[in-house]
Amino acid sequence: MATLTLLQSAFDILLGAALLWLAWRALNCPDLFKAIVLFVAFGLLMALAWVRLEAPDVALAEAAIGAGLTGALLMAALARLRAMTPDEEDSAKRLPLRWLPLAALLLVATGLSYVVLTLPPEAAGLGAEVATHLNSSGVDNPVTAVLLNFRGYDTLLEMVVLLLALLGVWSLGGPPLRRKAAPGPVLDTLARLLAPLLILVAAYLLWVGGHAPGGAFQAGSVLAAAAVLLLLAGWRLPVALTALPLRLTLVAGPGIFVALAVGTLLLEGQLLQYPPAQAGVLILLLEAVATLSIGVTLAALFLGGHPQNDNNDQNNKEQR
Amino acid sequence: MNTAVPYALVGVGLFALGFYALIVHAHLLRKILALNVMGSGVFLLLVALARRSGVALPDVVPQAMVITGIVVAISATALALTLMLRLAAASGRAELPDGRED
Amino acid sequence: MTPTDYLAATLLVAGALFFLAGTVGLLRFPDVYTRLHALTKADNVGLGLMVTGLALQAESWAVVGKLLLIWWLVLLAGASVSYLIASGALRRGIRPWRR
Repeated sequence: MATLTLLQSAFDILLGAALLWLAWRALNCPDLFKAIVLFVAFGLLMALAWVRLEAPDVALAEAAIGAGLTGALLMAALARLRAMTPDEEDSAKRLPLRWLPLAALLLVATGLSYVVLTLPPEAAGLGAEVATHLNSSGVDNPVTAVLLNFRGYDTLLEMVVLLLALLGVWSLGGPPLRRKAAPGPVLDTLARLLAPLLILVAAYLLWVGGHAPGGAFQAGSVLAAAAVLLLLAGWRLPVALTALPLRLTLVAGPGIFVALAVGTLLLEGQLLQYPPAQAGVLILLLEAVATLSIGVTLAALFLGGHPQNDNNDQNNKEQR
Repeated sequence: MNTAVPYALVGVGLFALGFYALIVHAHLLRKILALNVMGSGVFLLLVALARRSGVALPDVVPQAMVITGIVVAISATALALTLMLRLAAASGRAELPDGRED
Repeated sequence: MTPTDYLAATLLVAGALFFLAGTVGLLRFPDVYTRLHALTKADNVGLGLMVTGLALQAESWAVVGKLLLIWWLVLLAGASVSYLIASGALRRGIRPWRR
């Protein structure tokens, strides 16, 4: 077993070094496109680090959202930026007196590392607390229990943050992502093959989140990935669906959360305190609606401007 | 020393790297990347520190908070990117005016 | 260790060797097209070997199904994405490397 531990330590150190190196390269290589690619690779290695820290739920979220969707957002923004200001690159214009922040941050990093190394070895955590109350939470996966039951208000506010970000993006306007004239047969086939499968995977992740790694956020981001793929392949929502139905889907997640919070406040006397007998069903219902809203919100964030502004978009799903 | 402490130190390193890039670089896309790296550093530190006692029951509350954090980070990134595009459309540069004439 | 374990371990190591070869190719080949070639070929076979090795040790058929699904997804995505990258590179006028 000693060899195995040694190998694992070696892997940990290698992974940590790779993370730091990728972050450094992503932040300092002159080409912005390369920087984004390096950042996506960094996100994938972060997912590996989460697995090593025995946080598979976080690993799933990081791989899907932190690496995948953030990378897609960055790429789309860079493409638009280059279309707008074709000659401008990262103009290597840097702050004079760079050693000043460098010295200050070295000091901060040294101080933080010192604190980390001198902390008492026993973490005063809530792990045991969560384990004792897991039975009454309605689910078997402790992370889902924390997200949707014990600290459900976090998730409620998070849904509101997502919605606010989308409102900000829509209000700032600009046209939504322009689509290429012809996506080509390969991309089109890929989207047609993958989209139904991704929806199935999202449903599976949603269901499995009750007792194993998975849950609404991971499922929602897989759903968003399916939508991003369809958007890239040139598919758009029918115009009729971009007004009220889209808005209703977007607010359904926060809406049902708020409704449930008010309901439990009136019936049980405490915000988001579910009756243990119905907790499982309530959480699944909440997660299902939240998944749909998260997926659609993330896809709308990727698309950029409000789909109704897309005047020249006449082809839609029906007409293809 | 167990698995978690090296990752906590890597988290500290990522935070410092990101912060340095945030200050030094002028291009806004680079600053957004830097903010994301800083966030990853904080997440790593949070989960690693909760994990350091190495008991059988990992503390899942920080993990749940990090999942929340990842979703908030992508929301903020999307909004920041849109702001950057608006600024570039208005001024022709994806950089903040820094008050110096150069 | 049972014979199945030895077989699984052999398959995993063989898969890792394919990944290693693919990575060396990615780093050493001269242009985007040859790098894509190295990457997709080696990784698809490498992942296939790994999936087979892991499937031998899987606890249930559901796990085997999930592993095969992962392999199929990577095959599909790898093939399509490398086609898209290569055609994008051609459109931008990157010429294939010649000796």
